[in-house]
Amino acid sequence: VTGARRFPFVVAVAAVWTLLPLVPLLLWSWSGGWPWPALLPPRWSGRAWNYLLSPSTRALPALATSITLSGGVAALALVLGVPAALGLARYGGRSRAVAEAILFAPLVVPPLAVAVGLHVLFIRLGLADTMLGVMLVHLVFALPYVVLILLSASATLRGAWEEQGRSLGATPWQVWWHVTLPMLRPSLAVAATLAFLVSWSQYVLTLLIGGGQVWTLPLLVFATARGSDPALLAAAALLLVAPTLVVLLASARFLDHRQRGMAVV
Amino acid sequence: MGGSHRSGLAARGAGTAMKFAPTPALLIAPAVLLLGGLFGAAFGFSVAQSLGLWSVGVADAPTTRYYRALWSTPDMVRSLGLTLYVSTATTRCATAGGLLLALVLLRVRRWAAVVRVLIQLPLPVPHMAAAVGVALLLTQSGLLARLGHALGLLAAPADMPPLIYDRYAIGIIAAYTWKEAPFVALALAAALSNRAREAEHMARTLGASPWQTFWRITFPTVAPTLLGVATVVWVFTFGAFEVPLLLGQSYPRMLAVEAYTAYNDTNLLVRPIALALNSVIVVVTALATVPYLWLLRRANREHGDDAAEGRA
Repeated sequence: VTGARRFPFVVAVAAVWTLLPLVPLLLWSWSGGWPWPALLPPRWSGRAWNYLLSPSTRALPALATSITLSGGVAALALVLGVPAALGLARYGGRSRAVAEAILFAPLVVPPLAVAVGLHVLFIRLGLADTMLGVMLVHLVFALPYVVLILLSASATLRGAWEEQGRSLGATPWQVWWHVTLPMLRPSLAVAATLAFLVSWSQYVLTLLIGGGQVWTLPLLVFATARGSDPALLAAAALLLVAPTLVVLLASARFLDHRQRGMAVV
Repeated sequence: MGGSHRSGLAARGAGTAMKFAPTPALLIAPAVLLLGGLFGAAFGFSVAQSLGLWSVGVADAPTTRYYRALWSTPDMVRSLGLTLYVSTATTRCATAGGLLLALVLLRVRRWAAVVRVLIQLPLPVPHMAAAVGVALLLTQSGLLARLGHALGLLAAPADMPPLIYDRYAIGIIAAYTWKEAPFVALALAAALSNRAREAEHMARTLGASPWQTFWRITFPTVAPTLLGVATVVWVFTFGAFEVPLLLGQSYPRMLAVEAYTAYNDTNLLVRPIALALNSVIVVVTALATVPYLWLLRRANREHGDDAAEGRA
């Protein structure tokens, strides 16, 4: 158990733990060659970044596809997930248990299993190798998080304000727009962030259902890993990391412990 | 949800207002139909193909021979063994590390904001990027080996024990532990900060040692959450794909990598075996979640009355 007095030590441990795998990424990506056994690169260079952002690596198209894809997934997940959570919060009994089982099942099923199972069907439906198809399978894994976040948020809505709105003559849509929605806004930001991040890090779903036609950043990183340019690989990995930190910081003021804790899988 | 209590709430809330609002079933339907449809389809097609149906010119009637073929070589047992080992080791490391990080998170006062950001930083980092970072850190000429050289511990990269592509899957376990420990920490910190802080304080006031306080108060409080989180981590690592693809040895491989490789084999006759393997993965995952689901159900029973609001 750590005492308050030993505090700088704790900060150091937390910093080392978190930064350990990130430091080699930063150093390699800005290095101009880094021979063994130098502790730091002897020369710094923007070579890897310049090359990464040049047309030959197709990194910028991958970035654009990833942003469109994950943004679309987040939007769709909100459109489907918000009503589902609100409905679920007012539901009870066995039907709620069944609905929850279906909505939360993707949290514990490996993406590969779903991708492999859906591949044949998606080929027949013409959804394989398309953005829409990839978006749909990403949605399967993003939706549970949106429902989870908004379910816990709407459980804390006591309904008194909504009641008041109604008794003052507001229609259900007015109540939703002027009362419920503003109360849910922080949770909506968190839910959208999570949905975006879940989609952003997907590799195998995009690979299998997108068939290499939907070219996202994780695919770029993996392709780069097959090459033999650690500087380029590190830059590609950082290009994949950086936007997630931006998204997280942008919604950070809405996050509390428990909600952020759901962000892993 | 507890029957009699709920109907009382329902009677109180019903009738007053919700008349024109869409019904809960209607609100839930789109999400449930989409997820249920895609999931049902994935499951159905997967099982059908593993039984030799729906594939390229194999069988007209369902057959179990692909499941038998799966177990006919030692590869399957080795892959399963490796996968069980990796997911169990990762779960142990991530829960132990997460528990430590949670205690740090709860006890810091000065610098608290910095520590919080540092601990949470791995959460949004994609697994693929974490794997690359771990590779550049642990490879035989990586940053760790260079540190070892600077400290005079090793002379050449060959002196560094192989920590990626190795038989103990150290790199895979390290990458997942780095990613999952903060998740464990935040879940545990939430569980702890809500309940046990006062009890801990009281125990210390009454003269309990930090060690006694931890084992008698802190640990029992977080044990249910710990089981839930550990299950999530275990299940997640069991189905892991991209990290072992990047950092794993070439034989034996983890189950998901094996399944993907078989699925993409140029020989399409291998494909049903991939789907049989897929079924094995899903069955093991489902079995592993049984304690977790039991836990969820119990938690729902405790909190269900709050959630069931004014609607029959």
